[in-house]
Amino acid sequence: MTTLFDPSAAATQATDAILHDTLHGTARGVVVDSPPGAGKSTLVVRAALELAEAGHPLMVVAQTNAQVDDLVLRLAEKNPELPVGRLHSSDADPYDKALDGLENVRKSAKAADLAGLAVVISTAAKWAHVKADEPWRHAIVDEAYQMRSDALLAVAGLFERALFVGDPGQLDPFAIVGSEQWAGLTYDPSASAVTTLLAHNPDLPQHRLPVSWRLPASAAPLVSDAFYPYTPFRSGTGHGDRRLSLAVPSDGSGPDRVIDEAAESGWGLLELPARHTPRTDPEAVRAVATVVRRLLDRGGAATSERSPDPTPLTADRIAVGTAHRDQAAAVRAALADLGVTDVVVDTANRLQGREYDVTVVLHPLSGRPDATAFHLETGRLCVLASRHRHACIVVCRAGVGDLLDDYPSTEPVQLGTVVKFPDGWEANHAVLAHLAEHRVTWRP
Amino acid sequence: MSLISTLARLEAVSTGRAQPAATVRHRHLSDRPLVFVPLTTAGEAGAPLGALVGTDRDAPRLLVVPQPRDRDLRFAFLADLADVVLPYVDAYAEAVEAAERTETDPETGKRVKVEVDLCADAPQLIVPSRGGIDLVRLLGRSMRFRRTAEQDPETPYPAPPRVPLLGRWLTHFGERARVPGSSLLLAMTDVLGRHWATGQSTLEDQHLGALLAWIDPPEGLTGAEAALRAELERDAKGQLTCPPAGPATDPAFDNKLLAPAIERYDRARTALAAAEDGLEADDRLGALTAAEREIRDLVLSRTLPTWEKVWQGLDLLRELPEGAHVEERWTRDRWSFTGHRDRVLAGEPPQPRRDDAVTAANKLATREREQARLEAQEALDDPLVMAGRRLSGEAFAGEVTDVVMAYSEGKRPSPRPLVTVRTDDRPHLGERTKVYRSLGGKPQSAEFAGAEEDGAYVVLRILDKMGRGKEPEPGSVPEKGDRVCFTLFEHEQRGGAKLPDPEETPWTHGGPPGEAALEAADPVTAEDTL
Repeated sequence: MTTLFDPSAAATQATDAILHDTLHGTARGVVVDSPPGAGKSTLVVRAALELAEAGHPLMVVAQTNAQVDDLVLRLAEKNPELPVGRLHSSDADPYDKALDGLENVRKSAKAADLAGLAVVISTAAKWAHVKADEPWRHAIVDEAYQMRSDALLAVAGLFERALFVGDPGQLDPFAIVGSEQWAGLTYDPSASAVTTLLAHNPDLPQHRLPVSWRLPASAAPLVSDAFYPYTPFRSGTGHGDRRLSLAVPSDGSGPDRVIDEAAESGWGLLELPARHTPRTDPEAVRAVATVVRRLLDRGGAATSERSPDPTPLTADRIAVGTAHRDQAAAVRAALADLGVTDVVVDTANRLQGREYDVTVVLHPLSGRPDATAFHLETGRLCVLASRHRHACIVVCRAGVGDLLDDYPSTEPVQLGTVVKFPDGWEANHAVLAHLAEHRVTWRP
Repeated sequence: MSLISTLARLEAVSTGRAQPAATVRHRHLSDRPLVFVPLTTAGEAGAPLGALVGTDRDAPRLLVVPQPRDRDLRFAFLADLADVVLPYVDAYAEAVEAAERTETDPETGKRVKVEVDLCADAPQLIVPSRGGIDLVRLLGRSMRFRRTAEQDPETPYPAPPRVPLLGRWLTHFGERARVPGSSLLLAMTDVLGRHWATGQSTLEDQHLGALLAWIDPPEGLTGAEAALRAELERDAKGQLTCPPAGPATDPAFDNKLLAPAIERYDRARTALAAAEDGLEADDRLGALTAAEREIRDLVLSRTLPTWEKVWQGLDLLRELPEGAHVEERWTRDRWSFTGHRDRVLAGEPPQPRRDDAVTAANKLATREREQARLEAQEALDDPLVMAGRRLSGEAFAGEVTDVVMAYSEGKRPSPRPLVTVRTDDRPHLGERTKVYRSLGGKPQSAEFAGAEEDGAYVVLRILDKMGRGKEPEPGSVPEKGDRVCFTLFEHEQRGGAKLPDPEETPWTHGGPPGEAALEAADPVTAEDTL
């Protein structure tokens, strides 16, 4: 007998357990691992509202100003009455202008001005400058896996207990100078905040959200197997729930064929002939731009559980992901040449936490003669392969499989460090093997 | 590797000579550096075999451990090293100038200026390669926890006086060398590699002989030929004609020359110990001295070529004029030196084996800030470095073609002139991207306000450094025809937030580290004694 998996019930059960530990538990911290699109922000907002309703003054720590503004907007949307403080920097334009329209949101560059508000939200960098006589009873730390241990050190004195939420599969935080000196120490300042937290407090309750609402049924198994092998998750929707249809039929070219493949199966690999190229490989960049142009020209429409009627696939529902900023700049220029200006093109780092219907990815290893730790990093590929609700099209030169075999990981082994599984080499192979089933070869 | 350094390396290959990667010198060079060319013994981490050390090019001091596994001889070597290094360091500790520093007043908690001493100059250690820096660190680590008989009469293997102090200083030099842009301890290969691009890989650049062969090839040879010769050429006895810069030695040297010589030395020593009368002992002492001299000659023969090359490298670097910000960075090295001098004078214990959470985080923050500062300052000091940043879209230069006066909105309109710059560069500018230029040494910021003719003309809105009045101060706004260079990176680094004191380390990081216990030296094991 098989039991039917009910995604909503599983998600609710997980959320209830998390909120119970946060509101009524005795541990000083609660850690929540959330796979891509599993409702992390929804959880943060809900936990914030419940803590505030219970009368606990709450501080929220996020990593970027965009994340902070987004949280403030979501909180205000759920409960417009709630007094919220937005602590911001003293730079010009420190916060989203949309916050000015919210009645119960007070904004200030000084923490003292926001004292007594139910919820105060800011970035970790700004919180680090705050001096408080009395610590907050509760804190929520968002994107805790992207926060560095030293950033947590600077703010941890401000709160008594905290809920740490984040996605362990995304990009790890990094330092711009070497930090091997501290590798293996439990408080390595360049490690992630959660690594340090758990090393010192191994008994903290750890939860995970079991359902990805973003990833379609075609993508969740691959992303789960390749990047979260020991903490699998499911998609919230089934195979028939989402459909991508195209009004204009294929013209038979490579880009059109890969679009058809991706619309059908959720994945597409546009493989260019093998070649070693500079980072901003002009052919690959043009191929990426052409795929985007054709996606727009062919009148795509997405049907999903959100609405019964197809929604047109417009430029704001498409994103292009790259590994490097110069590649993103080159793709932007190529898109501008084709008359496309409003499609988001960014690096994996900046696409973290964002969601689109279709993504077009320039493979980090495409055309490279070597596979460095940067290009192999598991989180980079995971971010690029998990931003889409419908389909993901990867543009890549042939030969990446051989490249991976020629360059097994050779990072020095550091004593006392937690070895991260899977390593980038293995994850890359898993993704490549899956993409190979959706390959369209094309010679531009 | 950036595009410009790839191009420079390709050019080096095609011309057969290293190409300049800088037009000024980006590191401070002391007038009187202490050059240290160490060698280690194969098979044991950090066991010194010998060293050439000194400040006088023509009179280096040769220090040798004839039997590197003998702890007494090793201590004697370290004591001799302390006799050279510590007087050199002390010479800089005495001359001071008055300086101001902001400190937190312990009573009021306010930030106040206090007058303190700052050493007028600081010592500078130069080793041939990065391996030398690691060895300095390792030697420091092995010495600083040792106890002298005076400190602890019970200690089983007392260290000679001043050896623990040398360990503390070498540790300080080694730690400071991790700070980007610092110059207290430099590896010659790193400094040369910063200023020249060769036609070989950066790994091969770690070979001082090969690196210098590219920069300054002998008559009639290309850099590639000379570098290959430096790496591989062997004499009739199978020995490298250009010995590696160390601290590791060539295995052929170890096997063919060093091991037999050490064996002869050991035999002579055993024979001396077994001597039955004074006359015999005299003879055998003569044999022992001869055996020791043989090892000294061998060590000299492997270190002297490297010694010469380090000084040759210094000559080459001294031909470059010093970069404008080098002095400022060296001042921070002087602060670092003064700080450690004060800690030693105050009788503080040696640096702990492991940093606590707060110290580690503070060090990382400092180094990241220094790295960003170094990158910005090198670009501002050196048009060739700036060219690299321009090529990668992080800066642009051009001519001002138009200036339109405009004002900010609000009660008191301030000048916000729009400046159009014609440029051939392709900067990665987005809407309202901030850019900076150097105006009298201070950064002036502007924001991107649009591009014309496909990016050939960039329109910028100048934001600050124009004075308080309604009209900008003269010279504060570029004029038509001016050559300007704007960067997308900031020129100055903001200080980070203050971290808690170590005794207030939060629960997330394991709580306070507790009382600092006096750390003992590593316990002596059976392998440590012969």
